[in-house]
Amino acid sequence: MTSDTLLIKPSSGWVTLDLPALWEYRELLYFLTWRDIKVRYKQTALGVAWAVVQPLFLMVALSFFLGRLAKVPSDGSPYPVFVFSALLPWQLFAYALSQSSNSLVANDRLISKVYFPRLVIPVAAVLSGLIDFFIAFVLLFVLLFFYGIAPTTALWFLPIFVLFAMVTALAAGLWFSALNVRYRDVRYTIPFMTQGLLFISPVAYSSSLVPESWRWLYALNPMVGVIEGFRWALLGGSIRPGIELAVSASIVLILFIGGLFYFRRMERTFADVV
Amino acid sequence: MSEVAIRAAGLSKLYPIGERGSYDTLRDTLATLLNRSFRRFPHRKKMTAENRASSKCFRLHSDGQHAESIWALKDVSFEVKQGEVVGVIGRNGAGKSTLLKILSRITEPTSGWAEIHGRVGSLLEVGTGFHPELTGRENIYLNGAILGMKKTEIDRKFDEMVDFAEIEKFVDTPVKRYSSGMYMRLAFSVAAHLEPEILLVDEVLAVGDAAFQKKCLGKMGAVAREGRTVLFVSHNMTAILNLCSRSILIDRGRVLEYGATSAVVDNYLRSVYVSTGQSLGQRQDRVGNRRIEFTGFQLLTGEGQPMAHAISGQDALLRFEYSASEKTVLRNVHVAVGVHGRNDENLFHLSTDVSVADFATIPPDGSFVCRIPRLPLQPGHYSFNLFCKVSGEIADWVQNAGVIEVAAGDFFNSGKLPPSDQGSLLLSHSWNVLPCAQVTDLSEQAGSSENTGFHVG
Repeated sequence: MTSDTLLIKPSSGWVTLDLPALWEYRELLYFLTWRDIKVRYKQTALGVAWAVVQPLFLMVALSFFLGRLAKVPSDGSPYPVFVFSALLPWQLFAYALSQSSNSLVANDRLISKVYFPRLVIPVAAVLSGLIDFFIAFVLLFVLLFFYGIAPTTALWFLPIFVLFAMVTALAAGLWFSALNVRYRDVRYTIPFMTQGLLFISPVAYSSSLVPESWRWLYALNPMVGVIEGFRWALLGGSIRPGIELAVSASIVLILFIGGLFYFRRMERTFADVV
Repeated sequence: MSEVAIRAAGLSKLYPIGERGSYDTLRDTLATLLNRSFRRFPHRKKMTAENRASSKCFRLHSDGQHAESIWALKDVSFEVKQGEVVGVIGRNGAGKSTLLKILSRITEPTSGWAEIHGRVGSLLEVGTGFHPELTGRENIYLNGAILGMKKTEIDRKFDEMVDFAEIEKFVDTPVKRYSSGMYMRLAFSVAAHLEPEILLVDEVLAVGDAAFQKKCLGKMGAVAREGRTVLFVSHNMTAILNLCSRSILIDRGRVLEYGATSAVVDNYLRSVYVSTGQSLGQRQDRVGNRRIEFTGFQLLTGEGQPMAHAISGQDALLRFEYSASEKTVLRNVHVAVGVHGRNDENLFHLSTDVSVADFATIPPDGSFVCRIPRLPLQPGHYSFNLFCKVSGEIADWVQNAGVIEVAAGDFFNSGKLPPSDQGSLLLSHSWNVLPCAQVTDLSEQAGSSENTGFHVG
């Protein structure tokens, strides 16, 4: 019996991450992710087709206006494929970011009535974005086939960049979700921020447009590393992610670890404030 | 040592109250954050208790100055032994739920500590995390996982849960199509199948219709008998009396009393009435046009002698003093007294209009006296509401206006005291035994029971 002793006292100072507790609650993580996926397209006419319609529509619009009319260079790949291969990680990121940032507030009942490691909530929110990604991914392969592009061996790196996109979203999501509990301003900041970020990320254009000497600065936006890496793994192409990837990855790592600690630190007041 | 399941020592929780307290501005926070990090990093090793204490002091100080705060719990210490079922009672806002929230780790104490030996499950609400779009089956799994059950455990108990909730036919229907009764039954059913060593329960029995409540209570009783440790918060005194051997009485964040349930419940009920505090005349929480105000209450013996408490089976007079705002004779006055039992249930109603007739005229000052022959109440405390209409309009209406204390007495004149745990009301009655052949003659028999039957009371 005493092996199960639990001590409850006010915590002070630095917190530990207590990742084993997160592992213990993996089933809850699974069920919450599963709930978010299940509920996502309930009572919609198009249902899961939305996962395809959104990036498809954006791709067509961008291909026409930027690719066809403005003649934005696309590093040798057909522009639609070029754009779509960036839209995939971008949408994964944008969705995961907004979901995780709002996740704590959206689950306030859970937080104020049940105990579990709160990290489960934003993590589940990020994971639930994967389903859309996989569906749209199928479309991407149709597109590749249509343009007769064969994936290179670099394709094996793709999962790493998918993970990278999710960790990026989670890193920001941890900060925002914890802040959102206290300041609901966050909710209004996210859509606006995501929109801004889209323009400074190489979605509709290639980062080769940015002068080489400024690329490290450009890569402070972690989505630069994510998108360029993703594109490289899929289409090969001239740019091989190097310094940008390193910069982006370091930024994400710092944000992520900082976010974890910040989240854990704020966690104890969630139930009182939310 | 291992005997103890829960030990709390000096648990306290401070909550800020009011707008200012709960939402500080972003600017303020950023400023303190910046400040703190500058202070912290150069001397991180030196950031010791002293430093921390000063920053905490500052916070408390500023709390005291700007935002008001309140001790939802203050110095709460108690022990619960393994296998014990302990009730937690107290008025709304006394701190019962805060206590459970701390013990279930939802929120942290501000100071003090608690030690829990064993796997804890807490039920502060049923149906937490239910999603209206998901089916009953899906919600069982989701809710079970949220409450801390493993998937295999849910698999095993699934049929039992569905049976208990009586929703077999609707397992695959989204719960938003459920009636509220079905919804609550399902929610309780999942919760009821949680099997931790230590269970913390908050007021979850207040769901569903009477039949289902009874079923829930039965389930809780079964849980209690299985030897699990339970901490049970409720306003339902019957449930507390039935389930808990000992109880904790909490008032304004402090433990007032911890002991045998019947004594604690009795004291709690008394405190509820007495703590309304002011005498009847000074109460402001009343409704009506105040043409009359009740100003006092007295218990008298049948002969008109004042007494501290009434006695079961003896005549009692309830005397309600009143005073009118205009010093003229008032016409057409209706007075009613509603008497309530332990769970605030209506026991009976003493009203001028149905028993006799309203008073045609009354003097501007005086008292209404109600005689109850052979007071048919068990020992205990009974609160009452007072109601008065003058010329058809409500003049004064006071909830929980006072309490009638009743001491044990020989109601049936049988030389025995009635058992005190079998309801609150005592009724005169008689018993007969009839041979088979005579079943049809019951009315005659009853009429002549004075002579032939064994007569009680």
